[in-house]
Amino acid sequence: MVKRNVVGAHYGLRDWIAQRATAVYMVLYSVIFVLVSLAIPSEHLSLRAVLTAPCMRFLTLLFFLTLCYHAWIGVRDIFMDYVKPLGLRLALHVAAILVLIGYAAWAAKILLLLGA
Amino acid sequence: MSQSTAGASSGKPKARPKYLDLRQLSMDQPIPAVVSIMHRISGAALFLFLPFLLCMLEREAFIAATAASLGVIAKLLLLALLFAYVYHFCAGIRFLLLDKHIGVEREAARLSAKIVLGASVVLTLLIGVKVW
Ligand code: HEM
Repeated sequence: MVKRNVVGAHYGLRDWIAQRATAVYMVLYSVIFVLVSLAIPSEHLSLRAVLTAPCMRFLTLLFFLTLCYHAWIGVRDIFMDYVKPLGLRLALHVAAILVLIGYAAWAAKILLLLGA
Repeated sequence: MSQSTAGASSGKPKARPKYLDLRQLSMDQPIPAVVSIMHRISGAALFLFLPFLLCMLEREAFIAATAASLGVIAKLLLLALLFAYVYHFCAGIRFLLLDKHIGVEREAARLSAKIVLGASVVLTLLIGVKVW
């Protein structure tokens, strides 16, 4: 039996699809963000005005959640390519998950407290 | 690249390269390769500076301070991250299309790589002018 040593990034169809699906959503969100900014008269234009426009809080929250998921798969791929010692790689994976969960919560807090 | 000639017609197969020698990544790489590595670098940069971006979001959202009132260093950093996002966005769309087998021929891939570089610079400048 051929013993294959499968190492490196880009394995796992589910993650591959998730990374693309999140990328597509982030593209859509970016376009919507620009359109909403253009729709607001310039004397009222601010980041806050864009984020409190109808639906935008929800879409933005979804954006940050997809971003964190996407970034998790992305940095994991990068660690798998460059960090060979297993213990260190594992530690970095765990650290990345933890900070990303923290960032997602942080973004959610900002959006929820934004006030209408 | 010298290592890629292994095993063509000479009898003995040469030892295969085990890793990519980073010293070979000089600037005379083909443009699609540059676009690809920059995509990785921009993704990593966005990840590393995510806390900074969230701070900026918090600042704008709560104190209603605008990007125009930032110090020079914060402005430059924000501009660099804006470029990283716009670049990662453009190159990301290109990769998504390549995954769907759109534009995989060599000439098309070269052209789209150039478009990605050009478009991300132009878009960054446009947004930068609009914000500041
Ligand atoms: C519109 C937004 C975005 C799009 C269209 C996008 C697209 C993509 C695509 C298609 C890939 C896969 C590339 C490959 O497998 O070769 C990727 C990888 C990656 N993305 Fe994004 N992305 C976006 C936003 C972000 C953000 C905001 C971050 C960081 C917080 C990020 C971080 C990464 C990382 C670290 C990778 C892995 C790079 C690699 O393996 O070379 N992306 N992105």
